[in-house]
Amino acid sequence: MKLTLRIWRQKGPQDEGRMVEYELDDISPDASFLEMLDVLNERLITEGEEPVAFDHDCREGICGMCSLVINGTPHGPERMTTTCQLHMRKFKDGEVIDVEPWRARAFPVVKDLVVDRSSFDRMIQSGGYITAPTGTAPEAHSVPVPKADADHAFEAAECIGCGACVAACPNGSAALFLGAKVTHLGLMPQGQPERWDRVVSMLETHDEAGFGGCTNTGECTVACPKGIPLDVISNLNRDFLKATVGGKKK
Amino acid sequence: MAVTGAILVGFLIAHMIGNLKIFLGASDFDHYAEWLRTMGEPAVPRRTVLTILEIVLGVSVLLHMWSAISLARRARAARPVKYQGKKKSNAQGYATHTMRYGGVVILLFVIWHLLDLTFYAVNPKGSDATPYDRVVADFDASRWYITVWYVLAVLLVGLHLRHGIWSAFQTLGLRSPRNNNALRGLAGGLAAVVTIGFIAVPISVTFGWVS
Repeated sequence: MKLTLRIWRQKGPQDEGRMVEYELDDISPDASFLEMLDVLNERLITEGEEPVAFDHDCREGICGMCSLVINGTPHGPERMTTTCQLHMRKFKDGEVIDVEPWRARAFPVVKDLVVDRSSFDRMIQSGGYITAPTGTAPEAHSVPVPKADADHAFEAAECIGCGACVAACPNGSAALFLGAKVTHLGLMPQGQPERWDRVVSMLETHDEAGFGGCTNTGECTVACPKGIPLDVISNLNRDFLKATVGGKKK
Repeated sequence: MAVTGAILVGFLIAHMIGNLKIFLGASDFDHYAEWLRTMGEPAVPRRTVLTILEIVLGVSVLLHMWSAISLARRARAARPVKYQGKKKSNAQGYATHTMRYGGVVILLFVIWHLLDLTFYAVNPKGSDATPYDRVVADFDASRWYITVWYVLAVLLVGLHLRHGIWSAFQTLGLRSPRNNNALRGLAGGLAAVVTIGFIAVPISVTFGWVS
């Protein structure tokens, strides 16, 4: 395949950054998007140029490390798929492809396509945990959980924290990520002791990090490679109202 | 956003029902307009209830705008560097994208509408005419552009409700997978009813069905 890539190049956090065009030839349609970037980088290195920096780790679609806004859509054109699991056969021969980093104040660019997502870690630190001592895995039947709750909690727990929701949101909000955590832990008996503190302090951390407010546009759930549903944001709002207006938070 | 929006939706429905009295004739319509002012009499002086309602609506509009402006400002601050490539929208529909500019147009329309039929500043008839006469003169066929302006504004109100009503339930944490389809239906249905109900009056006057 012949491709024209327009990639965001930025030397460091202080650099202004710009789109740079690269022509690629002879790319296998069976290559993954990241493998295609590997090919480009090998060429750049042999030519003595700086390779394009991008995040990746497992390349199996489960770690949440890869990112990239491809042609205006986080993780590219294929639904429910991370960039690492996206293949070049989803593109047309001769296509011009724009590749950009996640854009958000809370995700500052480190270099090229790499952004700093530690604002998500700070949100987890502010409430995305349970304080019960866990030890070794307990007997599965010792804490019964209704099947429907278990299923919904699992659906929310599928979030890999990649940040595509923020990248897609016209408001730059992380409500889907936040909702996934609040829903996941709030449906489990183990998550109850911190339930009302969790939602308030995680939302405070979210706002302090500089994420925007949710206006229910629904872009996040479409971009989410794990298909986290918008219901988690409704749950987030409900728990927040119960905690604050409802006076559940001590 | 959700709470003030709900108050305004309630007002729109009541306002629309009142407007439709025009199809029952001039005396019914003018009687209704007079009743708005005498509501609560003789327990309270004339215009007491109406004034309270006007204050509630005014405050709701201001708070609704304040929420919208703070959300828009936060959104702008949250993405200081814009996407260079064409940012694609992959979700939902047209209505969601009209919320911000639509809201501004609706505000301009409300100002015009108040100058027109509350303060009579831009109405062809003055304060000595009856409400019915003012409406009929307003949407006269020769003033077709006024009708077009009203219809466009009401269409934007409809789009605003199409997203807004569903969104309000989501904001208040009342939406779930179980009631999602019902809420979509409610938002779409109410938006359609309110749009048609409001458009009916100016159109009917312009086409001479009400005169």
